[in-house]
Amino acid sequence: MASPTIAGLARQLEAREVSSHELTQRALDRIAASQPVLNAFITVTPEQALAAADAADARRARGETGPLLGIPLAHKDIFCTAGVPTTCASKMLAGFVSPYDATVVERLNAAGVVTVGKANMDEFAMGSSNETSFFGPVKNPWGLARSPGGSSGGSAAAVAAGLVPAATGTDTGGSIRQPAALTGITGLKPTYGRVSRYGMIAFASSLDQAGVLTRTAEDAALLLGAMAGFDPRDSTCADRPVPDYAAGLGAPLRGRRIGVPKEFFDDGLEPGSAAAVRAALAEYERLGATLHEVSLPNLGLSVPTYYIVAPAEASSNLSRFDGVRFGYRHPGAGSLEELYKLSRAGGFGAEVQRRILTGTYVLSAGYYDAYYLKAQQCRRLIADDFRRAFGSVDVIAGPTAPAPAFRLGEKVDDPVQMYLNDIYTIAVNLAGLPGLSIPCGFSGGLPVGLQLIGPHFEEGRLLNFAHQYQQATGWHLREPAA
Amino acid sequence: MSLTEKDVRHIAHLARIALPDAELPAVAAKLARIVGFVDQLQAADTTGVAPMAHPLDERQRLRADVVTEADQRALLQQNAAAVDQGLYLVPRVIE
Amino acid sequence: MSGNWEVVIGLEIHAQLATKSKIFSGAATAYGAEPNTQACLVDLGYPGVLPVLNAEAVRMAVTFGLAVGAAVAPRSVFARKNYFYPDLPKGYQISQYELPIVHDGALTITLDDGAQKSVRIIRAHLEEDAGKSLHENFAGMTGIDLNRAGTPLVEIVSAPDLRSAKEAVAYMKAIHELVRYLGICDGNMQEGSFRCDANVSLRRPGAEKLGTRTETKNLNSFRFLERAILFEIGRQADVLESGGQVVQETRLYDPDRDETRAMRSKEEANDYRYFPDPDLLPVELDAAYIEAVRATLPELPVAKRARWVRDFGLKAEDAEVLSQEPAVAALYERLAATTGRPGPAANFVRMEVLALLNRTPDAVINETVVADLVRLSADGAISRASAKTLFEEFGTDAGAPAMGAVVDQRGLKQISDTGALERIVDDVLAANPDQVAQYRAGKAKVMGFLVGQVMKASAGKANAAQVNELLAKKLA
Repeated sequence: MASPTIAGLARQLEAREVSSHELTQRALDRIAASQPVLNAFITVTPEQALAAADAADARRARGETGPLLGIPLAHKDIFCTAGVPTTCASKMLAGFVSPYDATVVERLNAAGVVTVGKANMDEFAMGSSNETSFFGPVKNPWGLARSPGGSSGGSAAAVAAGLVPAATGTDTGGSIRQPAALTGITGLKPTYGRVSRYGMIAFASSLDQAGVLTRTAEDAALLLGAMAGFDPRDSTCADRPVPDYAAGLGAPLRGRRIGVPKEFFDDGLEPGSAAAVRAALAEYERLGATLHEVSLPNLGLSVPTYYIVAPAEASSNLSRFDGVRFGYRHPGAGSLEELYKLSRAGGFGAEVQRRILTGTYVLSAGYYDAYYLKAQQCRRLIADDFRRAFGSVDVIAGPTAPAPAFRLGEKVDDPVQMYLNDIYTIAVNLAGLPGLSIPCGFSGGLPVGLQLIGPHFEEGRLLNFAHQYQQATGWHLREPAA
Repeated sequence: MSLTEKDVRHIAHLARIALPDAELPAVAAKLARIVGFVDQLQAADTTGVAPMAHPLDERQRLRADVVTEADQRALLQQNAAAVDQGLYLVPRVIE
Repeated sequence: MSGNWEVVIGLEIHAQLATKSKIFSGAATAYGAEPNTQACLVDLGYPGVLPVLNAEAVRMAVTFGLAVGAAVAPRSVFARKNYFYPDLPKGYQISQYELPIVHDGALTITLDDGAQKSVRIIRAHLEEDAGKSLHENFAGMTGIDLNRAGTPLVEIVSAPDLRSAKEAVAYMKAIHELVRYLGICDGNMQEGSFRCDANVSLRRPGAEKLGTRTETKNLNSFRFLERAILFEIGRQADVLESGGQVVQETRLYDPDRDETRAMRSKEEANDYRYFPDPDLLPVELDAAYIEAVRATLPELPVAKRARWVRDFGLKAEDAEVLSQEPAVAALYERLAATTGRPGPAANFVRMEVLALLNRTPDAVINETVVADLVRLSADGAISRASAKTLFEEFGTDAGAPAMGAVVDQRGLKQISDTGALERIVDDVLAANPDQVAQYRAGKAKVMGFLVGQVMKASAGKANAAQVNELLAKKLA
């Protein structure tokens, strides 16, 4: 039996065929059974979850309705949750209990979502394989020797394995779309500023954006509608109305224009993935859309640009972890300098330390212009490429990742090889655009993702394109063997 | 631009991350690989291109000057390792 | 020693803005709360929290900029200044670096000899204050109070235009007066609301290049500023004259020893790695906003004093004294208008009202009473002595009756009738033959005693000018 979707469960809840309590208990049982195998969760909160489920059932009994009321969901452990540990998959925050809820958490709680736990991830979202987690790597349900991608790997594995119908994620350089692609599910990174970053532990503030991992575009539309919108606590959050995303899913694609960047189909793309993506594009033609070659000439600059901008911001964002007010404090520090240095060396893992050091370097005296400023200029070149392309097409489509899920351990020794895994996703963050990945086939028995990219604040258009594809195809219904 | 072990030691100090001598060569080698990789940007022609600090071309919103936060010291200090009489404690600082 | 050197001083003044809440959070800024009770999630730099800019802090910085004739930037940017220190919770201070909100202004100061000097203000930028480290012994540890963290500051950076400790003090006083006038800073130096860093260097007279400077931090009184600069001048001159070189460094002034010393915590060369804060967007101010703020600018002290001298005929010294406190200046201004007698009003405020406020700073003055008394005494209806007595009785009484009625009731109308006064004077002269003799023998001081006796005999109602005149005539 196919794992249920939010939309399907909502109908069952509405018809009183099942209670939120039952759904939640089922999710908790599945998580417990899967945990030794997948390691998708860092924290599971059965008591709070069942209490929330009972509250949702009570609300429904009082006559309340809503597509998310009583739906079990996992939060990436980067979102602060009041009274529940929030670790960012780091030893630095092991044992940290947030005194407050992130805006995303608050809004989903208000909509009646039931949080079952906190999903595993790369430490501070720095990674593309989920191997940098202090709590151990997550396994890909499609092949336990393989990575689910990262950094939202726990969220992706949990949805792909049917543990929960949906999970939140964050995407700084591909951290929602790449794991969604590698685990065969739907992942949406909204426009920068569409969803509040308040309470989302910052990696790179000008790139980070919260989003969702779901089985279908329809579910993504339901969740995004509840999460998005103005938040006075985030200066970078856009003050503009949130459309009814679900209402726009059914629009026909006849005459819509899809841009296909030639730079997306270079030698770096694994042939099986290329074939799946091309087949998906052909499917869109059958749905009435037309394909147009576009060019993103500066795409090649995006990975090096990102690996200057993101570490620079991260080096500063992570300075607050100093062992004084919260977080790991080295017990043996005799001086203030030792307190800082030993706590930070002891609390942060190797990749996080590497990014802090890289970021410190590119901002330091004598290097700022050559690296940081240069990267800010290249960032504009990349953003301008997209702006030009969207002058003639409605969406841009291509692969999400250069290859299907790689083996755990395969890329850990060379950071640059790991970074290049995000080559198709990173430019979208630099430009602040919405991006979405949907399953579009298989290569070597592993899922392949199709990436759709839209102009700023056009996530409704992406969801419409994705939904139409999912109405016509069945890739999103495929599930790994239990 | 090449990155020396001396540079790395200096950066680690700026970032307040302890870096034992034994680990220095390996850390420096990986950082040098990353820096070598990002160095390819030097070839890009960015003459006259305005730096882009934010993905959206928006302006800062202003908040009304209103006190909205109540004292939550007891709750907020639960995550601190060393507190005394409401103060956070650190090893003695000499100005 | 320093006669051979030209002293070059620039000041960086930090003025805490008088907002209710912090620059980037909704926590209170009130001084003196229990440690860390006014440090909210944002002030503590908790994971996930974000800054949102306080509109009032922006308005106050713009107000300052307009008051010193500076340019207000249509677009300014917040940057992060990165360094580790326990009173800096995020590991960076949000400040402004390349694009400050205010730049290129100037302030005219008056020197001791009355000469005027224009001091250039290079920039004034918004930033957040740090917390406080308490070095008393907490089991050998330092305690950190973050209540002050996030309090809005405007940092006012002067050009190196000041040439002596006295000039530096005059400039700092002028800025201090200005920010209080503008209502953007309470100016409380003991509480640290207003403090400065002094950059001092020496060079040979006529040299173009500046000498190496030192920065003495956190001077929170005019006297400390003066002492610290004098010490630095002497120290640097000694270094240079003994063939040494001044080291560019950050120093602290120790008032107990009256000396400056290098700060241990700032020994290493700083590399602050400034970059635009990605959590905050550019602050864009349009002309309409700036003009709206300009329209709220109060008259500044220098202009006010000049106007009082010109239009009210006040002495420069009176104008100076009456304009020092914005509230007193405003009170005087109202009295001058309601009484139509600016000269006597100035005199009365200076002699009576200020004396009362010195004794009781929080006193609330009944302005109607003061206006009545100024009018009555200026018109000769009551004597100065009666006016003073009535002010002491009714000056802070919110429910005081009209003074004219009190004067009538108590029969305090001044005796200006020459016949009546003459009788009193004659009685006093007859009752004090010794003093009369002394006066006639050349002891002019006795006149004061005799005037006093007449006033006493008249129960304070005698017109003092007429009494003087009569006595002089009779004793001649």
